[in-house]
Order: sequence, then C-alpha cells, then structure tokens
Amino acid sequence: MKRLCTIEDFNTLRTELSPPDAGQIPTIVIPASTCSQASGANDLIRIAKRELLGRGLVGRIGLRITGCHGFCQMEPNVLIEPEGVFYPKVTMDNMARIVESVSRGVVLEDLLYCDPGTGKPIAKAMDIPFFAWQVRTILGQNEKVDPTRIGTYIAEGGYKALSDVLAGREADEVIGEIKESGLRGRGGAGFPTGLKWEMFASQPNNRGKFLVCNADEGDPGAYMDRAVLEGNPHSIIEGMLIGAFATGASKGFVYVRNEYPLAIKNFGTALRQARKLGLLGERILGTGFSFDIDIVRGAGAFVCGEETALIRSIEGKMGEPRQRPPFPIEKGIEGKPTAINNVETWANIPVILRKGAGQFRAVGVEGNTGTKIFSLVGKIRNTGLVEVPMGMTIADIVDKIGGGPEDGVPIKAVQTGGPSGGCIPANQFSLPVSFDSLAAAGSIMGSGGMIVMDANTCMVDVAKYFMSFMKDESCGKCFVCRKGTQRMHEILDDISKGQSSLEQLSLLEELAVIARDTSLCGLGQTAPNTVLGTLRYFRDEYIAHIEQRKCPAHVCRQLNTYRIDPDICVLRGHGCGACRRACPEEAISGELKHPHRIDASLCCKCGLCLHACRFNAIIVE
Amino acid sequence: MINLKINGLNVSVEKGTTLLEASRFLGFPIPTLCHVDGLSPYGACRVCTVEIMENSKSRLVTSCTYPATEGLQVRTASSRVISARKMILELLLASCPQSKKIQDLASAYGVRRQRFRQEYEDCILCGLCVRMCEEQMMAKAIGFRGRGEGRSIGTPYDRKSEVCRTCGGCMYVCPACQLRCTFNQAENPICGACENLSPPCLEKDNYDDMMCSMSPCLACEIKQYEPLKGEK
Repeated sequence: MKRLCTIEDFNTLRTELSPPDAGQIPTIVIPASTCSQASGANDLIRIAKRELLGRGLVGRIGLRITGCHGFCQMEPNVLIEPEGVFYPKVTMDNMARIVESVSRGVVLEDLLYCDPGTGKPIAKAMDIPFFAWQVRTILGQNEKVDPTRIGTYIAEGGYKALSDVLAGREADEVIGEIKESGLRGRGGAGFPTGLKWEMFASQPNNRGKFLVCNADEGDPGAYMDRAVLEGNPHSIIEGMLIGAFATGASKGFVYVRNEYPLAIKNFGTALRQARKLGLLGERILGTGFSFDIDIVRGAGAFVCGEETALIRSIEGKMGEPRQRPPFPIEKGIEGKPTAINNVETWANIPVILRKGAGQFRAVGVEGNTGTKIFSLVGKIRNTGLVEVPMGMTIADIVDKIGGGPEDGVPIKAVQTGGPSGGCIPANQFSLPVSFDSLAAAGSIMGSGGMIVMDANTCMVDVAKYFMSFMKDESCGKCFVCRKGTQRMHEILDDISKGQSSLEQLSLLEELAVIARDTSLCGLGQTAPNTVLGTLRYFRDEYIAHIEQRKCPAHVCRQLNTYRIDPDICVLRGHGCGACRRACPEEAISGELKHPHRIDASLCCKCGLCLHACRFNAIIVE
Repeated sequence: MINLKINGLNVSVEKGTTLLEASRFLGFPIPTLCHVDGLSPYGACRVCTVEIMENSKSRLVTSCTYPATEGLQVRTASSRVISARKMILELLLASCPQSKKIQDLASAYGVRRQRFRQEYEDCILCGLCVRMCEEQMMAKAIGFRGRGEGRSIGTPYDRKSEVCRTCGGCMYVCPACQLRCTFNQAENPICGACENLSPPCLEKDNYDDMMCSMSPCLACEIKQYEPLKGEK
C-alpha cells in the first residue's frame, strides 16, 4: 500500500477496501491469540489452508485469522461468517469437515455448541447465552479484524474517527466529547478520562509531552488487555493518535510486559503498517499533526503497573513508585508532563468518536458509562473474556453469561480486582458492577479480573495466595509494604496450619489497616484488601481454622484428618493397597482383601492416598 | 509562599518545602530513620508518617516526601499517626532489633511488645547508604537489586567495586548497623537500655579495610575505652 498523503487518499482507500459486496462470501474465522494457539489453533489454520487450496476454494471461501473472541472455555473455536455459526472445541479432523461443509453451505449439527441445560444444539454464536448477554463493543471487533492486516481494520471503519478529527475538529471539541461520554479510566481507579486529558492539555508543551498506554497487566487470572493488544492493536494506535491530537502530546509509549510476546509482535507489526501508510509519524495524512509511538517492554514486575513506577521503568531505572504529588500529569517521564491510560481506555476512544458520546452514554448507568471487559475465571462453567455494560449485576454475569457453577457446587464468592481487590459473597450478587458500588462493598473494579469461587474454596487459602503474590511483587522500597505483606503472609500461613490464636487474628487485622494507611503506592495500599475483605465476609472461616483447627472447605491440608472407610475399601477396592504404596510415611497398613487403616500419628497429611484411591474410600474430615 | 496549618498553627513556607522541614522548623518533633539532611528524601521507612487533610479527606503520608501545598491541614501526632508509628516500630523491632536507633525510637514511643516472629536482620533497606554513595560521594558504588523479599543492597554482582573509595560514608549514615544493641535476648527483643556497644563491622571481613581507612577507626576507639572500663 502507498503512503496516504491527504485525507481524500484515506477516504479512497476506505471505499476500495470495503466493496459493497463485502461480507457476502462465506468466511472461516479462526482466532489465533495466545490462548487459542495454546489449545491448537495453529493446526486448525494449517488444515484450513490446505483444504481451501486442495479443494480449489480460494476466492470462494475466505479465511481470517483474528485475535481472541473471548470464549476461552471452548477454544479452539471456529466462526463461520456471514451466518455466525459457532463451532466449539474443533479438532483437526473436524476442521476438514467444516471447510467442506462451508463449501456446500450446510451446518454440521453434530459439532455445534450444545446448551448445557436443554442439551439442544445452538448454531449461531449470538444465540449462545455466553455471547447473547454481552455487549461486545470492543471484543466484537476482534472477530472482524485481522491484527496483522491494517486493511481489515480500515474496512471495519478503523481510522475513520482519526481522519474525521484531523479533517475539521478542534482539540477542545474532542476533549469535550470524551468528557461528555463519561468514560472513566479502565485501569482500576476509574478517574474520568476527559478530565485527565483536559488537565494534561493545559500543561505547558515547551519540552514535549508524553502519552503512555499501560499494558503491564499482571493480575493473576486477568488477560483482557492481552486480548485487545493481540486482536486489535490498531484501535489502541488510533485511540492514542486521537489523544495526542486533543492534548498536544508529542510522543507515545506502549508499556507491555515481555511475557506477552504475541502482543508485542502484533503491536509492532501494526505500528510498522500504520507508519508505512502515513497514519503514524511525521505529518499524518498530510496535515500538520505528527505523533509516533514506541513499544517499551517491561520485565514483568507487577509494581510497574503503578504509574510512577511505570514511568521510572520507561526511563530505564528500577521500577519503584515515588510520592505523588507531583502527579505524572505535571512531572512524568524525564520530568515532562505524561498522561497514562489503560489499554481498554485507549480502545474505547475511537468507539466514542465514531459513535458519538451520546450513544456511548446510552450503554451502562449514570456515572459509569460504556462497557467493561472482565476475565471471568475460576469455578464456573463458561470461562473467558466477557464484555458487559456497566451496572450489570454480578448475578447476571455469573449465572447468565458464566452459566452458573461447575459440577453443581454452590458458588460462594466472586473475587474482583485481582490481588488488590476483595471478595464479594454470594448474598451480595445483586450488586451492580460499577466503580463505586464495588468500592462500597469493600472490593474494587480493578482492571477486570473476576475469579469465581465455590464452596470448595477456602477463603483463608485465597487470602494467603494473594498475600504470597503481593509479598513477592512488592518492590520493597517502603518498609511497611515489604515487611507488612511478609508478616501478613506469615500469620495467614500459621492460621492455615492451625498454629494461630485469636490474638494473632486481631494482630493481622491491625497490621492490615495500618499497611493500607501508610504504604507509599497503590500496591501497598491495596495489598491488605484481600485480608480485610475476607475477614469482613468470612470471619467464621478464620475462626474455624483457629478455634476448631478445621478448614471448612478441606483445602488447608494440615488441618485435615484422613481415614479409610473399611466397607468401601474391602467391598469396592478389595483392599487394593494403592494408598499404602502411595504413602510416603508408611502410615497406612493393611493386606490385600482386608480393610486398610491410616495411623494418624504417622500421617503427614500430604493427601497422596486421596489421589491414589480410585474407589473414594479415603474420607477427609 | 504557601500557607498551611500544622497542628493548628498557621504557617507559611517557601514552595518546595516538605512537611517534615516545615514541622521541624516549628519545633514539632517527627522521628525519621531514612532521612538525613543533605540527602534526597526517599520515603522508605514510613516512620515520619503524618496525617493530612485535603478536600475533607484524611490520610496518612510520609512527611519527608510530601510537599507543602496550599491550604493543607497537617497533624504530626494524632492518635492515628501514633498507632501507625507504633505498628511500624513493632515491625522494625521484629526484623532488626539490634539497631540502637530503632530501640531508642521504640522506647520513646512506648512500644513494649513485639508480637511477630523474631528475626535478626542487619538491614532495613532504608537506602541511606545508596543515596549517600550516589549524592554526596558521587561514586554510585552500591545500589538496590531485586524486589519484595529478595531486595538487597550491594555492589554489582557482589564484586569488589572499582568506584568505591572505601570512604565509609555508607556506614556513617546507616541507622541499623552503626550503633548496635546486641544485649537483647531472643526471648526479649526490646532491650530498653543499651548496655553493650560493639560495631558489627568488626565481624565482617568485607569491611576490614574500609574500617581502617576511617580516622579515628571506630573499632580502635572502642578498644581504647575498654581498659578504662576495666579500671573502674
């Protein structure tokens, strides 16, 4: 493609790329993000290409390799356009059949997604409850766009918002539009983006101003930003270009963690293609506006998601937060004004300008407009990325989209906001998802992690896990965060081993409150949230660990007692002795065809016998 | 000039003044461990925490790093501040009980118990030595490495540094390793009064030549006074 020198050039290219008969020929869409590739999407692509070539279908059937569609439980999946037929968990053998069926224009009933409730097959993706209840403004584009081809993005209306802005809108007008849309930062704190831009635009620009896209996503169990970066990098580039136009920024950085190699690769390709087309760099589309973006790879420290630590990391220094004020808006990278927004925030910018602030506001609730992507994981039937309008209740997300509990075990709580967030118990699931309501319930929205926990989850264990994460990821600069997280982990570890007392519990609570109050940055201030949140709603579990020395969910192994049911052992297992052989402490005795027994004084509570017994004769109490 | 209120008193200070400087100017004592005049503020030890009120919201910040801003209300010894400082000192005692400075602060604040598992570490990672080396000696011989539990201070790759002039400045400013209180027992980490003074550096081979370059050598000074003690 040739460099575009004027806005008219761009409009011509757009009409060329989207011919009126587009979308008429059937297209096989295969997601090939990191998660899809891990479950075998590369094999499907290979077979699809071979079949298309072998059958001479090139030109009659299209093939599009895209980013993640969100339904990770059913990966690798295949989508057939324009009907929108969805095939989950496609195997290599079935891929050839799918290509053949598309050429004949039929649907393979036996490969379709079956409704878990009724057992009936559902053909179209939009009829599957997982997709039907979502509002897929951002993620929906992932299905349409091939991240390695800029043409597909432009054909879908991409860079239109940028060209319109460049053609005749004032910077103030753009900021006004963002303010009117009510967009709040998707990184977690929910600061109004329009306000941030307005403050940033008013900063002096004599030495340069920087825009940063924060893609240092490190929460355990959250991968929304990766999906957007891998699947639709141009939306972020467009968002940042519009942001630079509105605020007068001179240079942009995308801070991605090095653990996202495909995201870095796709984003780099996107930057190259945009530069080649003249959509990035000097004199964009022949106007006087210039802006360029660089990728900065982070070494994977969780703390570098905090903005002042991120700035230091971009400068090439050790990722350590510093005192705010001065805020990065005034003094950021190299002491110059810097505005930092999350990946999802940037991806929302072109959407707002394309659709208009009014239409954006129509989704969501007052004060929390638009959609939010959550990564719904844990003990739930449908795991994956879900994009829902703000203000949807947790119950709707868990039951309607998530399909309710896996294996029929009742859901106990939802953990939102990653290690900085808190738990929301099942009796509060009518709570709408918004920045303010989650904060009032003692959790945070965070960047969008949503971990579902069922009755088999021990809340002390959950708090211990997150505290262990925080203790490793604290930068260690401020004493309270470094030692506080270590000490909280120590006490939680003691509780989970039944070696604690109620005094230790009150010490834990006291320390958690003071660590929250006196830590330097957001990481330390939110690290105690899991402890405080679980103590607020699940104090009885802590008490059971301490007083009865029992773990109600049988997760904390040191508190379990193991015994063998003699009837099951003999009648079903015929005293097979598998448990005896598995036991590392030789605590199990017994002979073939006779009931085995565990010597409690020798038992090290490792739980190996439990896994060794195929007859469920081992009883955990 | 910036006008603010510290413990109910109206103050006006120059732009760029920290809350610690302003409070000390007025005579309100604020304890510090990681702050030394002449080195840039770092905010690592959190002992200098004060309570501020901004937009009718109260929160705790470290006075050594927080700049004075217009209309700010500050309290240097509110009950919230005192309880936070006590907990921080308790945490410090739990990890580094042999520092006389920490012991003195703990007794000044009436910390009479230590409820965590006792550790005996030599360093609280306050970073004074790193800043001393970089800002006053212009050597940058030592720095931080690692994060979380694995954070430590040292020369690159733990090799003998070529830029280190063995000036001893790092040891001079150290609040944990300089004056050591080794009297305390494992069962009673809070000593209350320092009976035993011996520099820990004597046991560390790495610093032997560093010690000798100091004049007068701290180790030699102690040896000098030892016979005097005996005579008494």
